[in-house]
Order: sequence, then structure tokens, then C-alpha cells
Amino acid sequence: MTELKLSQRALQLPGQYPRSWLLVAALSWWMAYQALLPASEAVVAALPVDRDSQLGAALQFFVYDAPKVLLLLTAVVFVMGMVNSYFTPERTRALLAGRTEGVANVMAASLGIVTPFCSCSAVPLFIGFVQAGVPLGVTFSFLIAAPMVNEVALALLFGLFGWKIALLYMGLGLTVAILAGWVMGRLKMERYLEDWVLEMPKVVAAATSDLTLPERIQAGIASTREIVGKVWPYVVAGIAVGAVIHGWVPQNMMAAIMGKDAWWSVPLAVLIGVPMYSSAAGMIPIVQALLAKGAALGTALAFMMSVIALSLPEMIILRKVLKVRLIATFAGVVAFGIVLVGLVFNAAL
Amino acid sequence: MEVKVLGACCGNCSKVVSLIEDVARENGTTLAVQQIGEMREIVAYGVMSTPAVVIDGKVVHAGSVPDRGKVEAWLTEKQP
Repeated sequence: MTELKLSQRALQLPGQYPRSWLLVAALSWWMAYQALLPASEAVVAALPVDRDSQLGAALQFFVYDAPKVLLLLTAVVFVMGMVNSYFTPERTRALLAGRTEGVANVMAASLGIVTPFCSCSAVPLFIGFVQAGVPLGVTFSFLIAAPMVNEVALALLFGLFGWKIALLYMGLGLTVAILAGWVMGRLKMERYLEDWVLEMPKVVAAATSDLTLPERIQAGIASTREIVGKVWPYVVAGIAVGAVIHGWVPQNMMAAIMGKDAWWSVPLAVLIGVPMYSSAAGMIPIVQALLAKGAALGTALAFMMSVIALSLPEMIILRKVLKVRLIATFAGVVAFGIVLVGLVFNAAL
Repeated sequence: MEVKVLGACCGNCSKVVSLIEDVARENGTTLAVQQIGEMREIVAYGVMSTPAVVIDGKVVHAGSVPDRGKVEAWLTEKQP
């Protein structure tokens, strides 16, 4: 046996004892999570700051929330990384090929959440779906849900605003994806695909082979490293912004502009959001600022959705396979769906 | 051995290219890795998610940055 460093041995543990590793990891996480509130109070108490001052409040918020959200993010990304290993684009395609619309839209949107998908893969994925006979509208449901309802957005919303808001965002996002995709299907816009796409040979959708549990754990770890590693500076910055707002910004500053009574705030927010693009992590400080200062929940979420779901880079990439009219229709239908969802939500609450 | 990395995008595709070139260099071989960004060519391989790795015309990996162990296996396997 060759000599292995301690770190290399540690990395082999999930492979050798996958179930025990998962159990220990879950327990450690839970213990760390429970320790957060008392630990954060202790840290702030040790600092030369008056706990009841604005600085004290802001500090406690930050010291508690930053590790809390990062822990939640790690957990969600890891679990999703493992879930993603069950759903490849090939398998998703096999599940969707040839299904009747309606049901297929619902499936596609739901699968969009759990199938791993890098936005630059949009084109090959789109073409792969079309070749296998997945209806155009169904493909759109998938393409709308995937970037919008992603695990980072859900983890951050959950960590900062609670599970109800996270669940709501997911529900609203799915609704927009299903409806918009279904409408796109009804519009029968297949002829607005670029010619070379239509000429591509048909394929039979076949699923690929399965992974072992240790391989799935590795997928989860790799996913965590990659995503949390990329996103944590934004998260920390976002919480710092939240902490400042928590401690210092006066209440209801935004209420007049974005409050529930200003119905036009929803279309306006979506309109502003369409040409903007940011990742979910980047949006969180903005949403937090809006909500804390009186913006209606529907408006803030609609704004977040329109920024994430419709991005200029993605439109430019899609231009390779879709004619301009189709892209414009796509953007229009999605924007309209988001506005509708935001308005209904504001009215219902 | 002909190695192509398929992908038009974000940092991931260039990461794969440097990873493969690094591993090749460690093994003492120099390898010219071709990066393919042209959509039609990518799609012709039947690949649905990038980055993807094609060795001697066969798709060996798709959808993520492969881990180092896998890359080493591919490169050593093919040695004459």
C-alpha cells in the first residue's frame, strides 16, 4: 500500500463508508447550525459594542446570518448536487420525448429544477431536446424553470427570509415556467427555429447508466466546492448590506414606490429587470433591501425573477438556434407571466 | 491521441482545457487540446451539456469539469 496523506485518506472516506459518512456529515452540520445563535451572541458580547445600539444590532445580524446562510447554502447545494446526479439531460429528455403538452410542461418545469444545467449548455440542450421530439413549448418550460428556480436562489431565500418565501418563489417560478411554455407551444412557432436546427437528424432519446452512492456523494462535494466557492463573496456582501439596513436605514422608505398599492410597480419592476442580469446570489441583497423597506413581496420576487430568468447573454446565445421573432416572443411571454404572477400574489396577500 | 473540449462558454470549458494540458505535461507528453466553440460541431457529437471531452472522436465525458483522476485515466489508457 502506498503512503497516503491524511487529507487524501479523508477524501476516500465517502467512497469507503458512504452511508456513515453521510450520517456524520448531517449530524455535524446540524450541531453547527444549532450553535449559531448562542455563538453569535457570545461574539458580539465580547466586542466593545453596545448590544442595543444600531452598530450592535447590525453586527449581531451579520455575525448570526452570514454563517447561517453559508451553512444552509452548503447543505442545499450538496443535497442538490446529489439529486442532480439522478437527473441528467439525457434522462430528462427521455422522460419528456413525445409526451402530450400540458402534463409535459409540468414535468419539464419540475425537471428543470433538478436537472443540472449550465446556461451555456442552453443551445446543445435545446437542440438535443428538439431532435428527440420533445415539443417546443415543453423545451421552453424546461429552459425557463432551470435558471430561475435554482438551488442557490432557494437556499438564499430560505436562509434570509424563511421557508415560506422560498417555497413561494419556487411555486411562482414553476407556474411561470409551465404557463409560458404552454403558451409558447400553442403559438406553434416551430418555423422560427433556425433552419439548420430543423434540418438536424432525429435521434432516439435513451437514458444513460446509473451512478453508485459514493459517486453521487462525490458529485455533491464537487458541486458544493464549485458553487459555494463561487458564490460566497456575494452572499457575505449581501448579508452585510442587510445588516446595514437592519441597523440604520429608516423604515418604509421604499413603501411609496414599491408598496402593494402601487399596482404599476410590478410591471415596472419586471420591465427594469428584463435587460438586467445577475445571478441569484447577487440579487439577494437587493431583494432584502426592497423588502425590509416596505416593498410588496410580489413586486420584489417578480423583480428577482425577471432579472434571473431573462438575460441578455442567454438571448444572444439562443440567437444561434432561434430566429429573432421567437426570442422576442419568448421574452415577452415570460415577462408577461412574471408580471401576472407578481400582481396576483400582491393582490392575494 | 486527439483531444477536443466542447464548449462555448463560461470559465468551465477553459478550465477543462488547462486541466487536460496540465495532466498531460505531468505525464511527460505534450498534448494539443482543441477547444470547439462552434455550436453545429458541438451538437454533431450529440452532446447536450458542456463542457464535454472528446478523445479520438468518442465522447468520454459531458456536463461538468471532469475530476483529475478521470483525466489521468484517459490519458494513460491511450498510451501506445
